[in-house]
Amino acid sequence: MLTCKEASRLQSQALDRNLRLGERLTLRVHMGLCDACTKVSRQMDFLRRALRAYPGPDDDGKG
Amino acid sequence: MSQAIEIERHRPYLLKFAMLQLRDASAAEDAVQETLLAAIQGVQGFAGQSALRTWLVGILKHKIIDHLRRQSREAPLQSSDDEFSLEDLDALFQSDGHYSGSPQVWISPDAVLTQKKFFEALEVCLGALPDKSAKAFMMREVMGMETTEICKALGITSTNCWVLLYRARMALRACLEAGWFDAAKVS
Repeated sequence: MLTCKEASRLQSQALDRNLRLGERLTLRVHMGLCDACTKVSRQMDFLRRALRAYPGPDDDGKG
Repeated sequence: MSQAIEIERHRPYLLKFAMLQLRDASAAEDAVQETLLAAIQGVQGFAGQSALRTWLVGILKHKIIDHLRRQSREAPLQSSDDEFSLEDLDALFQSDGHYSGSPQVWISPDAVLTQKKFFEALEVCLGALPDKSAKAFMMREVMGMETTEICKALGITSTNCWVLLYRARMALRACLEAGWFDAAKVS
């Protein structure tokens, strides 16, 4: 069984490489049971969208 | 030469963009200067199908990568470097590996992507990241580079690259939670 600490590391790596099947499975099992890690996973996905949108709304060129 | 003036107008914006990624004022100045020169020389190649700013940022990204490569050649990262150890993240977890403070639900986070103030808070959090973690993270998420390219540019192993990206994400989520999402709940 993964700890949240180990799970968070795999969650991050999932954004940078293809996890191995075993890694994906243990992560999925952990997330199924762990509310905190599910939130963190959503937050990491959000960070990606936020940085893609960086630097955000334009000062002058509206639209 | 109105096009040159039009291009020059974007300098402050480009400088801010370069500064966050290079974290060195003179390198950022250089990268922006090179970008503006290239843009003025190549403005005929700008077909106007994208916004001028988007086109300029596209050029700037290449210049930033050149500078990052140069920086890592001149001062190669040591694998003994503190940033490759994750001890600084231990405080986020209890000794049994659970979170020490339980992560919050961020309510409709995507709504903030239209708010300038959110990106200011994000910049503060990015500025607080350790140097190499910030660079690797910006290359990955803002420039959209693959980890293999980042490893090559920074001259580090993939494992170390993943460590830098992991730290950046964990530190940013904690920083945004405290500095933005929690604060927004109160007000």
